[in-house]
Amino acid sequence: MTISADHTAQDQTSKAPAEDALSEAVKKFGIRAEDYMLPARHQIEMVDPDGRLKPEGEQGTEPGHEYPLPGDEELLAAYEQLVVGRRVNDQNSALVRQGRMAVYPSSHGQEACQVAAALCLSEGDWMFPTYRDAVAVMTRGVDPVQVMTIFRGDWHGGFDPLKHKVGIQCTPLTTQLLHAVGVAHAAKLRGEDTVVLAMCGDGATSEGDFHEALNFAAVFHLPVIFFVQNNKYAISVPLAHQSVAPSLAHKAVGYGMAGERVDGNDVVALLAVLDRAVKLAREGSGPLLIEANTYRMQAHTNADDDTRYRQNSEVAEWRAKDPVNRMRTYLTDRGLLDDDGEARIREKAEAVATQLRDGLSEDVPVDPQELFRHVFEKTTPQLKEQSALLADELARDAASSQEAGK
Amino acid sequence: MSPTITTSSEANGNVSAATARAAASAAASAEASGPQPVTMAKALNTALADAMHADSSVLVFGEDVGMLGGVFRITDGLTATFGEQRCFDTPLAESGIVGMAVGMAINGMRPVIEMQFDAFAYPAFEQIISHVAKMHNRTKGAVKLPMVIRVPYGGGIGGVEHHCDSSESYYAHTAGLKVFTPATVADGYRMLREAIDSDDPVVFMEPKKLYWSKDLVDLAALRSAHSAAAKAGESSEGRAAVARPGTDATLIAYGPSVPTALAAAEAAALEGRSLEVIDVRTIVPFDDATVCESVRKTGRAVVIAEAHGFASVSSEIVARVQERCFHFLAAPIRRVTGFDIPYPAPKLEKYYLPGVDRILDAVDDLQWEN
Repeated sequence: MTISADHTAQDQTSKAPAEDALSEAVKKFGIRAEDYMLPARHQIEMVDPDGRLKPEGEQGTEPGHEYPLPGDEELLAAYEQLVVGRRVNDQNSALVRQGRMAVYPSSHGQEACQVAAALCLSEGDWMFPTYRDAVAVMTRGVDPVQVMTIFRGDWHGGFDPLKHKVGIQCTPLTTQLLHAVGVAHAAKLRGEDTVVLAMCGDGATSEGDFHEALNFAAVFHLPVIFFVQNNKYAISVPLAHQSVAPSLAHKAVGYGMAGERVDGNDVVALLAVLDRAVKLAREGSGPLLIEANTYRMQAHTNADDDTRYRQNSEVAEWRAKDPVNRMRTYLTDRGLLDDDGEARIREKAEAVATQLRDGLSEDVPVDPQELFRHVFEKTTPQLKEQSALLADELARDAASSQEAGK
Repeated sequence: MSPTITTSSEANGNVSAATARAAASAAASAEASGPQPVTMAKALNTALADAMHADSSVLVFGEDVGMLGGVFRITDGLTATFGEQRCFDTPLAESGIVGMAVGMAINGMRPVIEMQFDAFAYPAFEQIISHVAKMHNRTKGAVKLPMVIRVPYGGGIGGVEHHCDSSESYYAHTAGLKVFTPATVADGYRMLREAIDSDDPVVFMEPKKLYWSKDLVDLAALRSAHSAAAKAGESSEGRAAVARPGTDATLIAYGPSVPTALAAAEAAALEGRSLEVIDVRTIVPFDDATVCESVRKTGRAVVIAEAHGFASVSSEIVARVQERCFHFLAAPIRRVTGFDIPYPAPKLEKYYLPGVDRILDAVDDLQWEN
């Protein structure tokens, strides 16, 4: 898709490759358009909580909703990242308890979603994370300490989004979905085959920007994957208060796009569905919505008391569906993972944990003049004045403490 | 230099590009030479077209800006000239428009988006305040958002509710946004080109009651002047203009209030009082130097704006001018602004808007007996 300066050029956006893929699916599978767009009757689940590969007929797949099993190499890489991700989550939470960080919104229990979100993307693709997606950003390749800068407190962002093609973790819910749409739109206008993964949670689907982002992506037929981690709670408010739709994936058809539900603790199914979604989007299917069924195992953050709004029994139920354990069992049973492999992976995870402890324990020097440097690309006389005022204040403080020290 | 948009013409031997260039130069030479009566709407429209010719990463979008050419026709003809991929309509969703523009700017484009009326920009407020204004700072300078948000503002057109607001104070108060507001036809051209060229996000407040105001302007000359200035890295950003020189008191105004201030100065001249009128032009960055130079010279000042006075841009101007010029003042600085009431219905608007009489009353109050 190129931008043409020639006003006589046909407008290709309305040629509807959507209809081509759609009518293709309709013809091939003998289903209706809505059947293609509505999620399959059951969520896609390939490896069960006990680590057993489910028979093909029981994976939730149906005509129009078929997903090839990911390759072994990808699954091993995913497992490694699951172990690292779990260790990262727990190390960061420990650093909060030790007072080295003010807050860390952990994705403990959601690591399969985090890892799959990163691994399904190619180098030129973009990811737009929320505040809970630190592990996804790290899995994408951003330095762990840089990812945590926003929680270490010395700046609001720690890495260059353009270099990594990852947005800074977004605090106001859902607003980043529109940025994802814009990035995809720009790429499409330039004829690039970029795919953009826009991440959000179940609570975020209630925000207006969710609606606007999906609608814009669909109307402009953009390669955006909306990846909703349904972890069942928005702080204390359960899913039932956010939506009474049959599922969040069902919202897709309202925009004219396809939606699918996946077991969010099964990295095999997640990769199967996400890999296929990314491929379809890259080939011009338009946007897609994937709802990952998972659970926020810990409280919203360390500042939250989840005993006030949910039962331990519910949490225990989900502990049995842990994404890391089931993958370990599956790969071990398949002979792809042995004790040596496990040890090597644990070592790697410990190395990352050490990196985090070191990086987040050091007292990072802050330069107060940075406050003024990046407000604008081209600064203003007023900011120069204020910068000078602060510099003067600090110089006088330094001088008087020198005096006091004498 | 932003990544270029590949044109289909590159595939078929530049035939299409040549056609477009021919069309553009035909349009340019169809402009008569020398100053002609030109409306601000036409100046803005020409600025958009020229910017889009100069840089293929400049995109225009919003509601009704495509085929219709915008409800005020400011984007008239752009889709016909540049195609639907460069000037297009979006679904009816302001937050979506601004949010998508943020993403496009992150990924190498220069979006120039239109909010249909200033009060209809409010759904986009979170995107503007939390992201447009903060992105460059949040990323420690790594990401720039070279985008322009065009906002028709101000009253005096007999519009129904929500069509006549002045919202510039909200944007001026938001660190990270630049706020430009032209009051003349020539500035309409020049400042919109500069806003588009800026690598900072600019909220471009267009005084809608001045869209059809005409002035003798040479668009071709403005085009060349802008080219030359841009090459030299010069911009009029942060420079107020002395719209009318005077000696007795300074009227400080912007946007739709500038012609009103000029009319007040005309009337005052007939009564033997010489009023200097300053056109602020860029609210952010504000030109303290020019404004203060004037007030130090005259010793008296009145600030004029349509927006409600409380906690407004006018308040800011008074604060900073008295901070800097206190010992030169013969009287307190006065403000003539809209009352602190929701903008009235059309039949009552004349009681609300700062008019010549109210301005002259304020000037009379500047303690001349001292």
